[in-house]
Amino acid sequence: MPKSSFLSGLALASTLLLAALPAQAQQQLVPAQSSIEFTAKQMGVPMQGQFKKFDAQVAFDPAKPATSRIRFTVDTGSVTMGARETDAELPKPVWFNVVKFPQATFESSSIKALGGGKFDVAGKLTIKGSAVDVTVPVTLAQSGASTTATGTLPIKRLAFKIGDGEWSDTSMVADEVQVKFKLALTGVGKV
Amino acid sequence: MTRSSLATAPTRYGATAIALHWLLGLALIGLLGFGVYMTDLPLSPTRMKLYNWHKWTGVALLALSLVRVLWRFTHRPPALPVAVEQAMPGWQKLAHHGTHLAMYLLFFAVPLTGWAYSSAAGFPIVFLGRFPLPDFVPVSESLAEFFKLGHATLAFTLAGLVLAHVAAVLKHQWVDNDGLLQRMLPGRG
Repeated sequence: MPKSSFLSGLALASTLLLAALPAQAQQQLVPAQSSIEFTAKQMGVPMQGQFKKFDAQVAFDPAKPATSRIRFTVDTGSVTMGARETDAELPKPVWFNVVKFPQATFESSSIKALGGGKFDVAGKLTIKGSAVDVTVPVTLAQSGASTTATGTLPIKRLAFKIGDGEWSDTSMVADEVQVKFKLALTGVGKV
Repeated sequence: MTRSSLATAPTRYGATAIALHWLLGLALIGLLGFGVYMTDLPLSPTRMKLYNWHKWTGVALLALSLVRVLWRFTHRPPALPVAVEQAMPGWQKLAHHGTHLAMYLLFFAVPLTGWAYSSAAGFPIVFLGRFPLPDFVPVSESLAEFFKLGHATLAFTLAGLVLAHVAAVLKHQWVDNDGLLQRMLPGRG
């Protein structure tokens, strides 16, 4: 291939790539002001936990939700429920199997604006190698340059085999787990 | 005290007091056994079940102990038979009252420290899996350690007092042959 046509090919490819991306710059997650918590019920007793390490790649334009994309990763090894005893158990294969599945991911497929700063983010949630289609209700609140996305997603832990074997008894640990998130983002356009 | 009031003064515990005594006594022994056994188990659904049952039973015991104390305040227990009291040296009378008072205090202190331990450890008690009980101490690792030790220490103290109580009963029954146990046995007056 002659050099000039290689360069023009590269330029074309870049143009196509840029066109595919939303016009605005990518948004940044502010981890210190963000949190991912969950509540599981053990014989009726609510137990709180959280993931301390996570990251998000966000290309979100409130004006063009259809072309926006969100990819989210959570380090499963950063899970804590506040007690040494449970924290020693959670990385084990029967729970999160951190060695084999160090990350859980969410990848959006479509974002729908519902008005009033509310959005439905549909996508694929993958934990412990199992992928499930979910729709996450997200509410955006803006203050100055910062945008906070909050929401609660109920998931079924057994769909991801979290708490396998003897722990799959839902009379002990309920199947439904509430995942509550708060993500602080910079660089989001006005909602 | 007049002759007539002496004649009508009860010599036995009432049916309610007797029922509460045996029910709570057996529950206490069961809870101690459960408690000692479950704390050595590795984390498993069985262990969680036992912990919850232990907590629920402990809460029920706390509530019934309150009923028992209120009952005792409103229904005077029988005084010691005159012959028995006269045969007791001073230190025995002191031990008799002291043991009972200490046991009553521990009927509350043991479950309350257990409840506090559960709250401090971040596991609020949900009675029977349905009724959430309030947390009166915040979640804290150091508080959890403190109440864990307190709960165990007080529980073993109570167990020791129960042993002394039973030993005294056996002594009255088989050494003194004074039939004192009849006062707390169900059946005819």
